[in-house]
Amino acid sequence: MTCKTLRNGVAVIAVLAAGAAYAEKASDTLRVAFTKELESVDSYFNSAREGVVLQRAIWDGLIYADPQTGEYSGNLATEWKWIDDTTLELKLREGVKFHDGSDFTADDVVYTVDFVAKEENGVKTQRNVNWMDHAEKVDDYTVRIITREPFPAAIEYLAGPVSMYPSDYYEEVGPEGMGLKPVGTGPYKAVSVEPGKHFVLEKNEEYFDGPKGRPAIGKIDIRTIPDVNTQMAELFSGQLDLIWQVPTDQAERLGEMGQFTVTNESTMRVGYLNMDAAGRSDPDSPFTKLEVRQAVNLAIDREAMVNELLKGKSKPIHTACFPSQFGCDQDVTEYPYDPEKAKELLAAAGYPDGFTTEFYAYRDRPYAEAIASYLNAVGIKTDFKMLQYSALREQNMKGEVPISFQTWGSFSINDASAMVSQFFKHGELDDARDDEVLAELNIADSSIDPEERKEHYRTALQRIADQAYWAPLFSYNTNYVYSKEVSYTPTPDEVLRFHAMTWN
Amino acid sequence: MLRFILKRLGLAILVAFTVSFISFSLLFLAGDPAIAIAGENANAEDIAAIRELYGFDRPMLVQYAEWLWNALRFDFGQSYYFRLPVADLIAERLSVTMTLGVCGILFALLTAVPLGVIAAIRPNSLIDRIALFLSVAGQAMPSFWFGLILIVVFAIQLGWLPASGASSWRHFIMPTVVLGYYAMPAIMRLTRAGMLEVLSADYIRTARAKGASEGRVMFKHALRNAIIPVVSLAAVQMGFMLGGSIVVESIFALHGAGFLAWESIGRNDLPTVQALILVFALFYIIFTFLADVLNAWLDPRMRSS
Repeated sequence: MTCKTLRNGVAVIAVLAAGAAYAEKASDTLRVAFTKELESVDSYFNSAREGVVLQRAIWDGLIYADPQTGEYSGNLATEWKWIDDTTLELKLREGVKFHDGSDFTADDVVYTVDFVAKEENGVKTQRNVNWMDHAEKVDDYTVRIITREPFPAAIEYLAGPVSMYPSDYYEEVGPEGMGLKPVGTGPYKAVSVEPGKHFVLEKNEEYFDGPKGRPAIGKIDIRTIPDVNTQMAELFSGQLDLIWQVPTDQAERLGEMGQFTVTNESTMRVGYLNMDAAGRSDPDSPFTKLEVRQAVNLAIDREAMVNELLKGKSKPIHTACFPSQFGCDQDVTEYPYDPEKAKELLAAAGYPDGFTTEFYAYRDRPYAEAIASYLNAVGIKTDFKMLQYSALREQNMKGEVPISFQTWGSFSINDASAMVSQFFKHGELDDARDDEVLAELNIADSSIDPEERKEHYRTALQRIADQAYWAPLFSYNTNYVYSKEVSYTPTPDEVLRFHAMTWN
Repeated sequence: MLRFILKRLGLAILVAFTVSFISFSLLFLAGDPAIAIAGENANAEDIAAIRELYGFDRPMLVQYAEWLWNALRFDFGQSYYFRLPVADLIAERLSVTMTLGVCGILFALLTAVPLGVIAAIRPNSLIDRIALFLSVAGQAMPSFWFGLILIVVFAIQLGWLPASGASSWRHFIMPTVVLGYYAMPAIMRLTRAGMLEVLSADYIRTARAKGASEGRVMFKHALRNAIIPVVSLAAVQMGFMLGGSIVVESIFALHGAGFLAWESIGRNDLPTVQALILVFALFYIIFTFLADVLNAWLDPRMRSS
């Protein structure tokens, strides 16, 4: 289905829909829709946003990061300190119980860390866990996590994707059992799981007084409805109370109707152009020339794209990371929209009449087409190819792509290492292959002195901007639409927090 | 006859496995499965780890042979995506699709055949025109659009039926109508054409001349002959409904086998796609076989050949 037909469908719904929405406040059940079939509820074995949502509801991490300020506080741990470069000692909160009634102790931390850190256990996103080597129990409520190498972003990961599982239960049922009958310490317990289709959560009455706060809504009923129009129909007919990731034009229409609360919030996803500066696809590729890469940066009107296409809380981006990330210094060379200068630079590079290049993208066709027309306007003619994600990624890894429109969401990790270090450390996806950047990132990624880290990320990001290896473009945003009976303030990390929702 | 059936069955199974081999190769051509499994947030290390874990670094033929060997022993493995046994996954999803497919084809037959017969008895009458309009509309209207209109009217405006889900029989009413209506036009046109042809045949005149009642002429003599191609068509439509109700399953959030197949292709979930393709191929084989048996019963000439 194309965007246009979808939009038409919505127009009809919007015109014909009548009557008010009835939230299930009476039965204390919040009904939510997921769009994607979640592969597994076990948070170590999915890589979806929906998985993060359930992870934050069912489990807890050792540390908590405030979604608005990014400040850390204790969650399942109450205090922590680095004993040496690779040893983090944590004191655990006492009196916490898992949903199955067992006590949370150092044994659970040791089992969880040891299990997920082992590569052969197949945790889906290795990066989230492979910085840990193992854990050691000091006493029942003191534990040490040993990292493989100095890893300053550890706290951010312990506040994010690493949550604590009950040792006895996990040992018995494994990831498959955990996916079907999840057990955690979190504010909600899973009472029913139909894989990919339907999830029912119930308030954990015994939830400890932690930074997440006690949950207010009694039951959360989540159904997977792949079609956005159907989700909206269910919202209108009062069978759903909250939908999210709603496309901008539809959210605007819903907002105009005044029947629902429509809120927009930024996400950490950044859209950018990746250029083959190292000449992997062709040693004579135009993109090996600095002037050409700068011309591409100057050719695109980021402001106009944000205002006309992405809207909401999206912002133009000039760095190879998301501004809120630790180390993502914004003091870098910016390229304003200047098509005339772009043409001059192309001429200076030896392309007075421009050139033709293949241009690839895997999502957001309208954005990619806008980018292509900006490039055409300065003389870079594009042979536009829209591929499936996995097909494009494969070509990227083989170094066969001269220029492509890419996006990266950093897995909601608020540290620059989750973005810039993923792409500029001479890995298979690095089309810049800059030794200077690599050296700076190596220091920044492993130093445990925050100031030193900042300094080296700054130098790396400045060099990336000066060399115009990428053309960073904009950040993404997402829309939440919910019944007026629900009170909720979305957070910039694109994670639904059921424990922060209340009835009006 | 038995020899004929066995030969056809053997051929059909060969076809099924050829299809499965082609689809296996196509999935490999479409992109590295490790990348799709790792998901959009994965970096190069994650992908390399998955490639090794699942053994994608081995030659494709070796991987296919391994799959085939297991499949022949009814072991379809684990879904790469859900990490659950493929057999359980498909069994669960198939029940929804079967319910929908059976209801859909019944709806199509129960509306299309009577309409086609009436239209043929009174060609160019008002009812023929209405039937023609219905079939043109059914063929022209995309399923997702029709589905949305039904949802707007019956779920939002009137509030009679639930818009999505599969937890009660009421959830199946709208999907059945949408799916059935899609199959209806062809069946109706074929019934009408067949009846018109048969009604002008000599033996109908003979039947009337010998004084048979009009009902007997219509049903025993005319329809029985006219319906033969319809049975074959319905069998194909049924196979199509079981494998191809992706749009309907997606709009009404039914999570059936068609939708599972569609999504699994995008996820490069090889074991699930392979097993589903075998299942769908078997459906086509079974339904065309049943159609032949039914036709043989309807038409004694077929039995002898």
